[in-house]
Amino acid sequence: MKGRKTKLLIGEIIGIILALVILFPFILVILDSAKTSADIVISPLSIPGKWGQMLVNFNNVIHNDSFNYWKSFFNSLFITVISLTLVSTLAAMTAWVLCRNKTKWSGFIFMLLVAAMVIPFQVVMLPLLSTFRNISEFFGIQMLQSYQGIIFAYVGFGGSMSVFILHGFIKGIPKELEEAAWIDGCSPEGTFFRIIFPLLKPVQMTILILNGIWIWNDYLLPSLMLGLNGKIKTLPVAVSAFVGSYVKQWDLILSAAFLAMIPIVILFLFAQKQIINGIVDGAIK
Amino acid sequence: MNVNIKSYDNTYKLNSGRKSVNANMKRLLSCVLILVGIVAMVFALYLDIAGSKNTMRGNILILGALLTILGAYSFPTRKHRMVINVLFIFPLLFAFLVTVLIPFVCGVFYSLTNWNGIKFTEFVGLGNYISMFKSNDYVYSFVVTFIFTVINMFLVNVVAFALALFCTSKVKGKNFYRAAFFIPNLIGGIVLGYVWQFIFNKVFTIVVSGSASMLTNPNLALLAILMVSTWQYAGYIMMIYVTGLQNVPSDIMEASGVDGANELVKLFKIKIPMIANTFTVCIFLTLVNSFKQFDLNYAITNGAPSRMLNGDVVQSTEFLALNIYNTAIGKNQYAIGQTKAVIFFIILAIVSLTQVYISKKKEVEV
Repeated sequence: MKGRKTKLLIGEIIGIILALVILFPFILVILDSAKTSADIVISPLSIPGKWGQMLVNFNNVIHNDSFNYWKSFFNSLFITVISLTLVSTLAAMTAWVLCRNKTKWSGFIFMLLVAAMVIPFQVVMLPLLSTFRNISEFFGIQMLQSYQGIIFAYVGFGGSMSVFILHGFIKGIPKELEEAAWIDGCSPEGTFFRIIFPLLKPVQMTILILNGIWIWNDYLLPSLMLGLNGKIKTLPVAVSAFVGSYVKQWDLILSAAFLAMIPIVILFLFAQKQIINGIVDGAIK
Repeated sequence: MNVNIKSYDNTYKLNSGRKSVNANMKRLLSCVLILVGIVAMVFALYLDIAGSKNTMRGNILILGALLTILGAYSFPTRKHRMVINVLFIFPLLFAFLVTVLIPFVCGVFYSLTNWNGIKFTEFVGLGNYISMFKSNDYVYSFVVTFIFTVINMFLVNVVAFALALFCTSKVKGKNFYRAAFFIPNLIGGIVLGYVWQFIFNKVFTIVVSGSASMLTNPNLALLAILMVSTWQYAGYIMMIYVTGLQNVPSDIMEASGVDGANELVKLFKIKIPMIANTFTVCIFLTLVNSFKQFDLNYAITNGAPSRMLNGDVVQSTEFLALNIYNTAIGKNQYAIGQTKAVIFFIILAIVSLTQVYISKKKEVEV
């Protein structure tokens, strides 16, 4: 009994050390965003003398022209929310049609979407830019440096994986439900939105989390499509642009990093279980 | 009774009469919508082809498309189900075609030309591929990415599995540890990369006072990226192992305990064989993710420091994804960058096909 207790104690000590090591960068960010740039260079590991300095740093960062925290935050939020709404709805519609119609075409489209999951972003990014530039010039629909362009791109890139996951889930929903609705005089679109769509809630959670974390943190796509010095910046792009203009001002850079991390950490604290389940489900599928 | 039926009959007739009037109205209305929509689209396309710079032409085109869709949706027909099918698939498929499929096909084609990001003038065949493999920096980047991928895959899986064993043991506060180990994975590589750049340049040099930053030495810089990458991904892969380990039936574990198996025997003879599938998933996942590593590479070193190789200066920590980016965006060599990207794709496709093959084979065995 005694041996077991010491074992547990050792386990706890190991756990705390591990957690401290893994969380070390975050602790450091909190400590150092409350110091002046001179203090950071002299003693990055010490407890800050005045926590009030943190507010001063935040104030400098928030009002900085190339970071512009609130604007980038709301840009990121807007792009993520609209893209997620569109991807989850449109992918569910597509997956439902592909799942319930066993024709040559539906099989082919589904195979195309699944096969495209292998395509890395790098191989399409350069032609994508020129395609979007051509569309803007020819049709007069602004696709680069605009909200609609980047949201459209996220729908295109997020679509295939979402359809794949949803397709697997819809296969498991009994067809009798739809037939009953049809006999009661429900139209096909009504059947989908009133009966099937509400049933997809658990799997939609996975899709929202997987796509949400990806879109929120994505750097390459917005940096290419919106530009580092464009009018619209997402948070990662703003951080990168900010670091580019202040190479040595670590107090401001760390404060900016802190401000960029905070929203997702808060979200994680509230929806920890759903986020972890969503990510694990997505990986296994 | 009779009266009742009659009145029912009458209302029915009345309804169906109204319905047919309604249906005709509806048909007319949807025809008008489709017609107006098509006219608007044709008009917008006419403006496009005529080279007009009218800024409204894009909006007219979108409006026309929406009207046509609305018209097709409200058109009363027996084949309403088919109309709905097409309308449901169309938006996502359209976005997919424009953002993924068309650029992909164009990209493969551009890799065979002297494309400069806007247009091409000459078809050069496999010329880009040949000149690419002759350049030292690409071959070096290839080797470095390969080394990074293999070591990173190994490190991430070992660390993640160890953490997963810890998180499924009897220790108190497991949920806290799980969350703490998982957090690095939630935050984007760009932001974390800058934080780590600070740690390597300003903190470690003070902890080991007087030492030069790890990022100034080519080998240590690679080690630095490996450390951060393992730190970031281990928590994620750990969660997959935790799910796998939790699915090992507890009665088997108890039975083996009764039979006198100690913890090590349980681990190697029961747990690891039972979650072999999870291992396959995790190994391929880390393989693909390490190979595609861009954000950390870009934010921590951006390829630096440089190193001499056969008399050429090459960037010592420039992985393939970053190499593609720098070739195209930095050096403005779009055709070469695109060619490198096509090779990048081919390697990833081979890895994914291998994974599908292996998991299919396993399913048959089970």
